[in-house]
Amino acid sequence: MKTTDLNASGGPASQAPIDPTEDADKLATFDARVAADDFIEPKDWMPENYRKSLMRQISQHAHSEIVGMLPEGNWITRAPTLLRKAVLLAKVQDEGGHGLYLYAAAETLGTSREEMIDALHAGRAKYSTIFSYPTPTWADIGAIGWLVDGAAVVNQVPLQRCSYGPYARAMVRICKEESFHQRQGYEIMMTLARGSPEQKRMAQDALNRWWWPSIMMFGPPDDHSPNSAQSIRWRIKRETNDELRQKFIDITVPQAEAIGLTLPDPELKWNEARGAYDFGPIDWDEFYAAVRGEGPVAKERMQARIKAWKDGAWVREAANAHGKKLPSHASVPVDRLRTGDDWSLWEVFIRAKNGLSHKHVGSVHAADPRMAIEHARDIYTRRLEGVSLWVVPSAQITASDPAESAALFEPAEDKIYRHPTFYSIPDHIKNI
Amino acid sequence: MPEAANVAESNRAALAEYALRLGDDSLILAQQLCAWCGHAPAIEVDLSLTNLALDLIGQARGFLSYGAQLRRLNEDADALAFGRDVLDFRNCLLVEQPDGDFAQTIARQFLFSSWQQLFLDVLAQSRDATLAGIAKKAIEEVSYHARFASEWIVRLGDGTAESHARMTAGLDWMWRFVDELFETDPIESALAEQGLGVDCAGLRPAWDTAIRKTLAEGTLPMPAVRRSVTGGRQGRHTEHLGRLLADMQFLQRAYPGANW
Repeated sequence: MKTTDLNASGGPASQAPIDPTEDADKLATFDARVAADDFIEPKDWMPENYRKSLMRQISQHAHSEIVGMLPEGNWITRAPTLLRKAVLLAKVQDEGGHGLYLYAAAETLGTSREEMIDALHAGRAKYSTIFSYPTPTWADIGAIGWLVDGAAVVNQVPLQRCSYGPYARAMVRICKEESFHQRQGYEIMMTLARGSPEQKRMAQDALNRWWWPSIMMFGPPDDHSPNSAQSIRWRIKRETNDELRQKFIDITVPQAEAIGLTLPDPELKWNEARGAYDFGPIDWDEFYAAVRGEGPVAKERMQARIKAWKDGAWVREAANAHGKKLPSHASVPVDRLRTGDDWSLWEVFIRAKNGLSHKHVGSVHAADPRMAIEHARDIYTRRLEGVSLWVVPSAQITASDPAESAALFEPAEDKIYRHPTFYSIPDHIKNI
Repeated sequence: MPEAANVAESNRAALAEYALRLGDDSLILAQQLCAWCGHAPAIEVDLSLTNLALDLIGQARGFLSYGAQLRRLNEDADALAFGRDVLDFRNCLLVEQPDGDFAQTIARQFLFSSWQQLFLDVLAQSRDATLAGIAKKAIEEVSYHARFASEWIVRLGDGTAESHARMTAGLDWMWRFVDELFETDPIESALAEQGLGVDCAGLRPAWDTAIRKTLAEGTLPMPAVRRSVTGGRQGRHTEHLGRLLADMQFLQRAYPGANW
């Protein structure tokens, strides 16, 4: 659902200069491919810092989705109508799904999901600062959908063209699925704003609390965002923090006016010359405190995630133990990436409708084949995407080596006589 | 929207009661599953449990809307879900049992979904077109719920010593509430006789067979027979339901008459 560039914490790991020891030819080829908007795929050569930056960005994005389930999850059991309950549940479920797509994308870079989760729980990895703010009232559900998902859309749409193939593909799926999230949030706010004085108060209060954290979601200002330039060159970021922030503010101001709510910024004013809204100073101390893990409910969020993971350990272990006893297990090779008690990785293929081939859509973790089918069903077919599923242990896939791609694929290039257009036949001769 | 116009006046009250029982079963179980969202043992399982809950909310809306129509009290499904207190809820006691650990949640789901699957198969043949329609749609959902839960019964039963012990304890907790699923009161027998409702007692042999098969596969013992606890269909509930309702109904109670 959301990305926040937290690189500005400025630690050494967040610096991404070009490593001079890397192969200059490979680097030049890589840079040229990226500059030409080609996609980089998992087995391709990539600079180590590109891999690291991506790893940090994608895993942070995945963590944000998973932690982001909690503030809204706080209201699922208390949603005011059955329809609102179903909508909120479906939305939070999407966030879980998006976390999974993103972990899967990050796993293609060679780090296991469990390692990423451990890093989050140990405080080594970050998640979006926005989720360390509380949801005391129902209006917070509206505000999150409208503002947080709205900011996420602005952030995420450009990432569909990110240079790393698995990330870009995950973002395409995510953006498509999220299109209802912001609308449902705005609709909640609209209903509250038109409701009783208590409801309107609730809505305004939520807006007051979420506005500033939402515009901080775009990360620090460009002159304090040391990695932005490199990330933009690498096409793992397509627009700067300030550009995206301005875009979000400009589209949100009229939306607030339309439902009679007031944005909590007295300096907000249309600037005719710039063709954009001017806005007041952002409290970056607040932002950096949240980045450091000092958001108001950061402790609660981490406590809940760690508890869920620890409480689930015996379940994951049991499923692994049972899976090993199945006859099918003997033929499944060891999953190189699996660590701890997380389940093995399976690739998922879906036949969208009869008559079409199965197509790769992503991966899931599962302890046995039936579980893999169920997880694939629950994660990748929530919107009628398919009529048939294949799941294959990732370790059983043999892929061609990009280093051999020239030998494998280029010889076909000059065999144009294999194509019917090679042969010129007069137009008046039919049926040939 | 369900259609209550063709119901014989003599059956209206009984069918309304029946729809509430079925709607409340789905609603309360969905509400319990909602609490797992964001906290499940694996993210994949989080999504699976959410899917179950979404199916159940859909069923609850269908049954309760129909119940509301039949009652002719100018209510809708939301008024029934958020406006009644413990004594007026008609769900079976099994679904209001707490989530406990994952094994206890699976035990509840397995016992209930296995029953609901058999139940809906018969209800889909009901002479009441609305009930039959809701049942037909729900059958596929519930078949998946039963499959999902029974596979987890086997994994946990046949997993580790710890999971075996937890699964045994989870089943043991829930077993007291099983007999209620097969009880038949005068309302139900009257509807069953007319081909409108389901003769639940008749479902027991098939249910027993299914349960025994899965437990055996999971190397789990059949829970010990003990005195059963019943009464949910008549509004005699356990302590758990009141707290669940306090949570679920909070906004509607705090702001009566508000539009959400």
